Amino acid sequence: MVLLTRSSRRHILASALLAALALPGLSGGAWAAPRTDLVVGMPVEPPGLDPTSAAPTVIGQVVWQNVFQGLTRIDRDGKVQPQLAKSWTISPDGLTYTFALQPGVKFHNGEAFNAETAKFALDAIRAPGSVNPQKALYAVIADVKAPDPQTLVLTLAKPSGNLLFWLGQPAAVMVEPKSRDGLKTNPVGTGPFRFASWRKGDRVELTRSPDYWDTARKVHLDRVTFRFIGDPQAAAAALRAGDVDAFPLLPAPELYAAFQKDKAFTAEPGLTEMKVVAGMNNAAKPFSDKRVRQALMMAVDRKLLIEGAYSGYGAAIGSHYTPNDPGYKDLTGVYPYDPKKAKALLAEAGYAKGLTFSFKSPQMAYATRTAEILQAMFSEIGVTMNIVPTEFPAKWVQEVMRDRSFDMTVIAHAEPMDIAIYSNDPYYFGYKNPAFNDVVAKAAAATDEATRLKLYGEAQEILAEDVPALFLFVLPKLSVWRAKLTGFWKNEPVPSNDLTEVRWTE
Amino acid sequence: MLRHLLRRAAGFAVTFLLISILVFCMMEIVPGDPASAMLGTSATPETLAALRAQMGLDAPAAIRYLRWLGGLMTGSMGLSYTYGVPVGGLILERLAVTLPLTGLAVLLAVGIALPLGVTAAARPGGVADGAATLYAQAGIAVPNFWIGLMLIMVVALGLGWLPAGGFPGWGEPAAALRALLLPALALAIPQSAVLTRVTRASVVEVMNEDFVRTARAKGASVSRALWRHAVPNALVPVITMLGLQISFLIGGAVLVENVFTLPGMGRLAWQALAQRDLIVIQNVVMVFATIVIAVNLGVDLLYTVVDPRLRRRA
Amino acid sequence: MTALAKLPGPVLRLRRGWRPGSAALLIGGILTACLVGIALTSLVWTPEDPARMRILQKLKGPLVSGLLGTDHLGRDVASMLMRGAFNSLTTAFAAVAVGAVLGTLAGVAAAAGSKFDAVLMRICDALFALPPILSAIMLGALLGPGALTAIVAIGVFMIPVFARVTRGAAMQIWAREYIMAARMAGKGTARITVEHVLPNIAGQIIVQVTIQLAMAILTEAGLSFLGLGLPPPAPTWGRMLAESQTYLLQAPHLALAPGLAIAVAVLGLNLLGDGLAARLDPRRRQAS
Repeated sequence: MVLLTRSSRRHILASALLAALALPGLSGGAWAAPRTDLVVGMPVEPPGLDPTSAAPTVIGQVVWQNVFQGLTRIDRDGKVQPQLAKSWTISPDGLTYTFALQPGVKFHNGEAFNAETAKFALDAIRAPGSVNPQKALYAVIADVKAPDPQTLVLTLAKPSGNLLFWLGQPAAVMVEPKSRDGLKTNPVGTGPFRFASWRKGDRVELTRSPDYWDTARKVHLDRVTFRFIGDPQAAAAALRAGDVDAFPLLPAPELYAAFQKDKAFTAEPGLTEMKVVAGMNNAAKPFSDKRVRQALMMAVDRKLLIEGAYSGYGAAIGSHYTPNDPGYKDLTGVYPYDPKKAKALLAEAGYAKGLTFSFKSPQMAYATRTAEILQAMFSEIGVTMNIVPTEFPAKWVQEVMRDRSFDMTVIAHAEPMDIAIYSNDPYYFGYKNPAFNDVVAKAAAATDEATRLKLYGEAQEILAEDVPALFLFVLPKLSVWRAKLTGFWKNEPVPSNDLTEVRWTE
Repeated sequence: MLRHLLRRAAGFAVTFLLISILVFCMMEIVPGDPASAMLGTSATPETLAALRAQMGLDAPAAIRYLRWLGGLMTGSMGLSYTYGVPVGGLILERLAVTLPLTGLAVLLAVGIALPLGVTAAARPGGVADGAATLYAQAGIAVPNFWIGLMLIMVVALGLGWLPAGGFPGWGEPAAALRALLLPALALAIPQSAVLTRVTRASVVEVMNEDFVRTARAKGASVSRALWRHAVPNALVPVITMLGLQISFLIGGAVLVENVFTLPGMGRLAWQALAQRDLIVIQNVVMVFATIVIAVNLGVDLLYTVVDPRLRRRA
Repeated sequence: MTALAKLPGPVLRLRRGWRPGSAALLIGGILTACLVGIALTSLVWTPEDPARMRILQKLKGPLVSGLLGTDHLGRDVASMLMRGAFNSLTTAFAAVAVGAVLGTLAGVAAAAGSKFDAVLMRICDALFALPPILSAIMLGALLGPGALTAIVAIGVFMIPVFARVTRGAAMQIWAREYIMAARMAGKGTARITVEHVLPNIAGQIIVQVTIQLAMAILTEAGLSFLGLGLPPPAPTWGRMLAESQTYLLQAPHLALAPGLAIAVAVLGLNLLGDGLAARLDPRRRQAS
């Protein structure tokens, strides 16, 4: 029996009385138990519910940790935690990982989870015909063995300090052979919730899995509905009307302040992993000249940009790393806003009379706004930037990522800890720096935490100096939920809405 | 009459075929690739090739066109690239929003226009006529998506009477209707303006015709002459206009669904295009075109029922 | 988005004794002249540079900062509206020019020779059956958003409108006696078309151009609302409306101003079209 304070007892009594008077059909008893249903609003509907076969982060934001789980998981602080693998040992050379698997785990369709299914899931990612969007992350795995049902052994081609982190990502969740082909519309995992229905264009419904294996973490919700509301005004209205209980990523920063003031809601801005960077084509003129890139970086007033593009929420960055990430260094001071210096440096690079280039801008609100503001800021130093709206993903991926026919663009890189993309060849930045490649390769191979973070620090510094892309800001996580709810994540080290610990407090 | 129908049906088939070729060709040359749209920024070329093969995109264009057309003939629209489910099902889900939306809009438009137009025609040059004229001119001049914004601003956000967007599904019919009311009104207002003009003009015209004058001379009151004689005869141009407007109504629905974030056909087309789910777009366009052609065919038939003169001619 | 091609009768007749459509012609003419005037003025003068951002001055109400306040990036709304008038008008004009020229050519050709006629009408049917906004969205994906896309998307779908109107009008002219006479005199089809048919249907074409300009402004607004119009920094009324959507309660002026601008522009052109129709279109002259 929970002890009630005097005031809360009085409150309950009064409410019950009111309910009895006003609504004779309803019993006041509803107050006794907290609600066990939850409606979560999201601005974008996922195009399918299988994180192992398509890239959009919104897929993981519905199913990761709720329906699907991995060998490891990433917790709310960005740390690796055991999940379906309850423990592991790493050989001294860093090449062999031996996982002890959680016994007694069943998929929602009744199939058992064991070393064989884990091997199936990992092999499916690595198979030649695999369509896993993050396939490259797991290419380091050379072999997967299942010596007994509770033991999984991974052999790596080379040491990888981040493997456990990658295994906790949405793209590496455990799936089983019988349900695999239908996962897009009927996801089957091992998580606390099972898939119930999907009304396309409107909502996805999940219900609590009655035989959930992890009895140590009590799940409080019985029914979870994800509703997709693209219009920010409608989203805010739905929250106020109580049609939606939580909006973990409110699409409109300009409407957020009102929720921060409202006592009925909890609204604490956090940070996502979405690094907004204006990538340049380093392989071609004028951006092959480092001075041009540095000059443009100095033409950007990041604080004002964040104010205009995201109502002041979000954090400025000076490199491809977020304050959430372990080993973060604040490098926004390397090339701070200084239009005079920018102009001088541009003149030094031979562009005293100015510079004209095109900017392929995806249609997302943060991107178009950033584009417009950059355009205005560059015009201050005599640089003309022509905006070319470019549909994302269909056209942008093709033109920028594949064909690399662009001068400058902007995109939010969603994958956590992805600084190594600047060493990829080919990659859209066209950035080539052997020293950088060396540092990130060493960092990836380092199994010692301190060494690895030090190396990542060096990598951040190289990028901040070289400016292969204009490092702008990290998108905030503007979450709003009813004040009576607890257990949501403030920050988002992985794009997700882990509802395992969410509950109503009364 | 039968020959007339057969000729129309043949015309229908040719138009249908023309549109299917046009749309398919457009989607063939549209830049962007459904596989890279799905796999995002980190996918390797091999992964992309694998997905393309899985989607059946590696076959030559002509074969894919014939496959699609053959499928359509047998009532199958194929599988969506993104969702991996039959396109027919996806479209049906969305039609369940768009058709009631446009239907409601037509009802509202006629409901506004008919009384307004007829009242205006009863006394040309009167106060009611002036008001109707003003309404007609203003209504035609405002874009429906702007009316949508204004309705959201005032009725949904300001007064809080109706939802600002979203659709709860037909599982809750009352809530679903409430969700459709504002978007339908946004669609209906410009349409009703057009219809008011047409109604007024054709009623005025009919009122001047001999048989109405005769009826009046025989002692029929103005309102009786109006509603018993003039209005039924004036309906032909009104119906014609509705038929002509159907493609604008559907086009407008694309915009209004966007404003109110309704999961209808327009948003399906929009999302499918962003994902380059080409097979979905092709089918959505065919469904839209079929609706437009069918409505016009229906209007054509309706003429022969409503207007005895045309019946004789046919 | 409305088809006004077949509306019977002018509606605005305020006073007896006026020639039909005088009031419409007058009001429409004034509104249109204002619109064109503002559009042209914006090229040489606006209160502020419409692209200039003062982010710290964002979302100010009318008269607090500038005549009509500022938008979400602190740009002057009045200046954006003015330049938007120019962008909107030029796009609409180019689109109607495409539709009118090609449509009229097709229409008179169809009226002159019957083989071409059937094919043309079939293509017209097909184009008519495609909802215009949907086709424009597809074209946008094909060509990428921008002025060209907007012009093509609007213009192409006006071709059948002009084709039908001119074909109908031209056929009536072809049935006249003086055409017979011209034929007897040995004039060829092309020459008759240029000397007799075109001059006689010019009035109807002008009326149609005015009405379709209004349509084109509405469609252009819809396209740029969906992000398929001119790219920034060029302000367009449609994009201003799209951007206003998140500030409906905070800054209603952002949604009101461009919407009213569109409405007034379209109203002016429609009235002008009605007024002209009453004077120039023989069918309507008879009807009224």
